[in-house]
Amino acid sequence: MSEIIKKNLSEIIDLIKKKEIKSEELANLYIDKVNKSKKLNSFINTCFEHTIQKSKEFDKKPNLNSLLPGIPLAVKDLFCTNGFKTTAGSKMLENFIPQYESTVTENLWKEGAILLGKLNCDEYAMGSSNETSYFGNVINPIAKDTVPGGSSGGSASALAADLTPATIGTDTGGSIRQPASFTGTVGLKPTYGLCSRWGIVAFASSLDQAGPMTKSVKDCSIMLEAMAGFDKKDSTSIEKKKENYSKNLKTDIKGLKIGIPKEYRVENMPKEIDELWNKGKSILKDLGADIIDISLPHTKYALPTYYIVAPAEASSNLARYDGVKYGYRSSKGNDLIEMYENTRSEGFGDEVKRRILIGTYVLSSGYYDAYYLKAQKVRQLIKKDFDENFGKVDAILTPSTPSSAFKIGEKTNDPISMYLNDIFTVPVNLAGLPAISVPAGLDKKGYPLGLQLIGKTLDEQNILNVAYAFEKNCNFKNEIKNWWL
Amino acid sequence: MSIDKDKIKHISKLARISIDSKKSDSLAKDLTSIFKFIEQLNELNTDKVEPLSSILNTPLRSREDKINDGKIRDKILENSPKKNEEFFVVPKVIE
Repeated sequence: MSEIIKKNLSEIIDLIKKKEIKSEELANLYIDKVNKSKKLNSFINTCFEHTIQKSKEFDKKPNLNSLLPGIPLAVKDLFCTNGFKTTAGSKMLENFIPQYESTVTENLWKEGAILLGKLNCDEYAMGSSNETSYFGNVINPIAKDTVPGGSSGGSASALAADLTPATIGTDTGGSIRQPASFTGTVGLKPTYGLCSRWGIVAFASSLDQAGPMTKSVKDCSIMLEAMAGFDKKDSTSIEKKKENYSKNLKTDIKGLKIGIPKEYRVENMPKEIDELWNKGKSILKDLGADIIDISLPHTKYALPTYYIVAPAEASSNLARYDGVKYGYRSSKGNDLIEMYENTRSEGFGDEVKRRILIGTYVLSSGYYDAYYLKAQKVRQLIKKDFDENFGKVDAILTPSTPSSAFKIGEKTNDPISMYLNDIFTVPVNLAGLPAISVPAGLDKKGYPLGLQLIGKTLDEQNILNVAYAFEKNCNFKNEIKNWWL
Repeated sequence: MSIDKDKIKHISKLARISIDSKKSDSLAKDLTSIFKFIEQLNELNTDKVEPLSSILNTPLRSREDKINDGKIRDKILENSPKKNEEFFVVPKVIE
């Protein structure tokens, strides 16, 4: 039976449709493994009574035509779930129970999925290793002393450890793609505006996007199809028809033009990543794609731009945590202002405070033009780089990350070296484009590495197709040994 | 731009976060290195570049100002750290 939960989402859906397994049996398999996998610390809260009850309801009246029939799913704890604690990995929201459901999770439940629990993440999604969570580090199932990446680290860890058949994360600067790369899984950040941001704890509103994390590209297309869609409750939601990503998935990429940006070959990048990138190019070439060298000259300015724009938006978004309407409140302080100051000092962790202070500073009187306005101008140049090249190429291939999973504690004392993790993923968020990280190989240590495919605005189908063709010809196999059981 | 303890004091006041003096030292050090990194942007001449505030080409939608939910006062108050029947309670602000 336990072999079942090792399967991909699409295979499990087939088993449910063929009535070879019931939703309740499936739920119990996952619950059992979640209970035995506490060492990984990938869950913040579970809701097994709800899971069992909903799976029984499904089995009584199964709707087998839905996209995710009776499938238990754990989600990043940044999505508000009605009646279930949503912490954003913060002490500030440790006991917060939303009175509404995020649009994206609501879409999943409408397609038949069932909530299994809430997954650990960096505090307010600020981090690249899941080490900023108030609820502790998450362990990468590939090796017990390594981080799973972040901020969707709990999602990546739970998925790779077979604690959920698929999951969702959010990606502001790489928070889906980097942990996917670190755990040998697939992660997609959609075009800004494709998935509703309503009901997701906000970090940086002009960059935040929700997206799927899965064991295969086909699974990714199914999840994206279920999540995406216009939502009038999100003023930046794109009004367009739903697409059938899974039905339209194909491996024929003959004649497609794939760009290789020279600026993504950075100093000190391990040789293995360069080799993997070359392997990616030759696989796509063998499949009939044209490989074209391109230049994205402002790439090196993406991270500095991001570290102005994202903290600025975060400092504004996180101003709402004042200890009055919801969340943590300090018992210290003689007046209202002191109560605010102590609440925010005790409720937020170090990285969140750091970013709020950066954001406050770059928006403060006298500095706005020098920092924030400057960053918005450079953001324009970064977007232009992509716009100009997408006249010549259909998709862009790059490494997902400049390294494989690193050790717990290795980068916590040096914020800049932590930030550099997102060097290949951040430009995509600034330009609002879709990108997918797909596992491509293992390094010498046996740790997974991913390649990233970047697409044109709303061209998710195309990058899914290229990733699908690549996956079929790459023969990647994740080697996870269940050492924690 | 080097960030010293006085600047940290000023920004933390604006952000309404109390910072003790020990933390303030390490924050000044971290922020100084982060700002040094950020200031690479000054290498670029952006005089003729339009700032990009949203990647969407369309203007934000507006909607009719109509109530579409409501009557959930008690539910909302349930999440309040301190309440008194139908009110949020804060420390006294008027003497």
